[in-house]
Amino acid sequence: MTAATAQPPTPAKTDVTKRLNRIGAARELGILLALVIVVVAATVANPNFLFSSDGFRDLLLTPSILVLVAVGQAIVLITKNVDLSVGSVLGLTAYLTGRLFIDIPGIPIIAVFLIGIVFGGLLGLVNGALVAFAKVPAMVITLGTLYAYRGINVLWTGSDRVNASDLPREFLALGTGQILYIPILTIIAVVVLIVAAWVMKNMRSGREFYAIGSDPAAAELYGLRVTRRLLTAFVASGALSGLAGVLYAARYGTINSQAGSGWELDAVGAAVIGGVAIVGGVGSVWGAAIGAVLLLTINRALPILGIPDFWQRAVVGVLIIGAIVLDRVLALRQKRKLLEARDDS
Amino acid sequence: MTSITTGAPARSYPAYARPLWKRVLLTREMAIIALLVIVVIVASATVRGFGQPITMTYLLLDVAPILLIALPMTLVMITGEIDLSVGSMVGLASVTTGVLTQSGMPFELAALIALLVGGLGGAFNGFLVTVVGLPSLAVTIGTLALFRGLAVGLLGTTAVTEFPEFWTDLAKAKIGETGIPVIVIPFLVLLAVFAIVLHYTPFGRGIYAIGLAKEAAHFSGVKVERTKFILFVLTGLVSALAGIYYTLRFGSARGDNATGMELQVIAAVVLGGVSVFGGRGALHGVVAGVLLIGVLASALRLANVTSDVINIITGALLVISVVSSSLLAWLARKRRSAGGPQRDSVSTAG
Repeated sequence: MTAATAQPPTPAKTDVTKRLNRIGAARELGILLALVIVVVAATVANPNFLFSSDGFRDLLLTPSILVLVAVGQAIVLITKNVDLSVGSVLGLTAYLTGRLFIDIPGIPIIAVFLIGIVFGGLLGLVNGALVAFAKVPAMVITLGTLYAYRGINVLWTGSDRVNASDLPREFLALGTGQILYIPILTIIAVVVLIVAAWVMKNMRSGREFYAIGSDPAAAELYGLRVTRRLLTAFVASGALSGLAGVLYAARYGTINSQAGSGWELDAVGAAVIGGVAIVGGVGSVWGAAIGAVLLLTINRALPILGIPDFWQRAVVGVLIIGAIVLDRVLALRQKRKLLEARDDS
Repeated sequence: MTSITTGAPARSYPAYARPLWKRVLLTREMAIIALLVIVVIVASATVRGFGQPITMTYLLLDVAPILLIALPMTLVMITGEIDLSVGSMVGLASVTTGVLTQSGMPFELAALIALLVGGLGGAFNGFLVTVVGLPSLAVTIGTLALFRGLAVGLLGTTAVTEFPEFWTDLAKAKIGETGIPVIVIPFLVLLAVFAIVLHYTPFGRGIYAIGLAKEAAHFSGVKVERTKFILFVLTGLVSALAGIYYTLRFGSARGDNATGMELQVIAAVVLGGVSVFGGRGALHGVVAGVLLIGVLASALRLANVTSDVINIITGALLVISVVSSSLLAWLARKRRSAGGPQRDSVSTAG
């Protein structure tokens, strides 16, 4: 493809190739391809992985809760911050959900959902306020609240725990139920994902998250309401973790004080695998969601492929490193192309 | 201070600096050390059994791995980078030692190979951060999973518990009748080495320079990438050392050893006054930070407070300490801009 042969093609043709190139370069597609390969390989090794009703259901159901948390995490990461407290928020909300059903018999399920989301949002607001007003790095603040929220959870729960028998049957049915073969949790996750993706792509507030993450100082000078946007991002992350906590209760039924511990790294890992840059301003909630699905699907696929699932975390580590190296290589290539384009003109 | 208000043309810079006693005593590090002393005194007076040597022994044995890893972590964080993979490296070094000892290799050689693994793991982090140019937070989240995965993959859910008695005893041994564990000696040696390197060598000054302004450090002749690479290797090595100690202390090599320790180390380092943005921090503050968390945990446990309330206190302490220092800085800025004379004379000078 020297310059001489590149000259003749008609504009229409270059348009098509350009568009194809753009699709090919999209990080989400690469990670989606990896997901498809994992699913196909596992299905070839054991058709039950996909084609039994349980296998298909698990494929959709298992990652749904992490998808919610990862979407929230992606929004925070895009603003050049990080929320390490998501696992603790999830655990605290899950226990709150159980307590609500036990302490207020006959409470409507929709009310529990609303309380869970608002409660998570409030915990996120604490994070956001500390980050936005005290100007302390989000990593430190949310590391602090990771401990504090978990501590409150343990203090509250003690050695107690919520059992499935404490929860109303209709609520538990949400966790395992399906509509037209699609698990209800998955439908909730997909709806949230579509709304979040639409906001991030089309709404002013969504674009401002990217602007703030790309260059906080410039965003401030330009007059964007940085404080308010940061608060929104953390509240969104908290509220989604809260929703995830309610769904966690519905899905698993048993909730002890350690529910959701360690999820912060899974959520950040999912986002990073999905192409959300940890330095802010880059990525999409789609990517984070696909990353979350890939992370948990590998977990189930490994034993079927004959690899003991002890190696799951190692595979996840290689994936995370591979994803960020790939990002770097693509970024360098694009930079070189842009330089060439400038020199040519 | 009064000389400023005369508005004399001669401006000597010491007049703008804070007095020496203020500069030494009113620092983040001193505040943490003071808090540590207060907590120790209050705990000794109110908590039954806290003042006893056996308590101190267990306290030091418990915080030893965190103390060890906090040393190189401080240096890494002063350059503005971070290493989240340390807890997993403790686990991997533990498993390496265990698996090799189990296969019949002498323990000493196995431990040496575990150290080598630590160095290699650190070099891998360093390579990805400095040569490939990736953000260390992302890289070490990856290696956090990778190292833990290798550790768990190698041993599964089993554990190796056969280690030479000489070494397992040494890990818990005390110096004579004092109740001070032997582990304190190698720690003090390492502390001295790291303190000298950080505070008294050009390499150490380069570490601060990198954290304050990477470009400026580069143009001043600081080998930015090489320095960072060395620091990641050091962190890997020391984490492996902590892993070997951890194995001996509990007489057990397991894949899930020290899970989550990375967050404890970082919490202690940040509490000790190191900025996650880099460029600021000192080892005496970090040691005090680690001990403060350890002492609080130990005292509360003895006072029959459930061990998990400690999580709230650790978290709250971390948040309060960083928020309060940023609040104080904000107040100082406000006072400076309100109290005219200093600012005026500076602006005429510039």
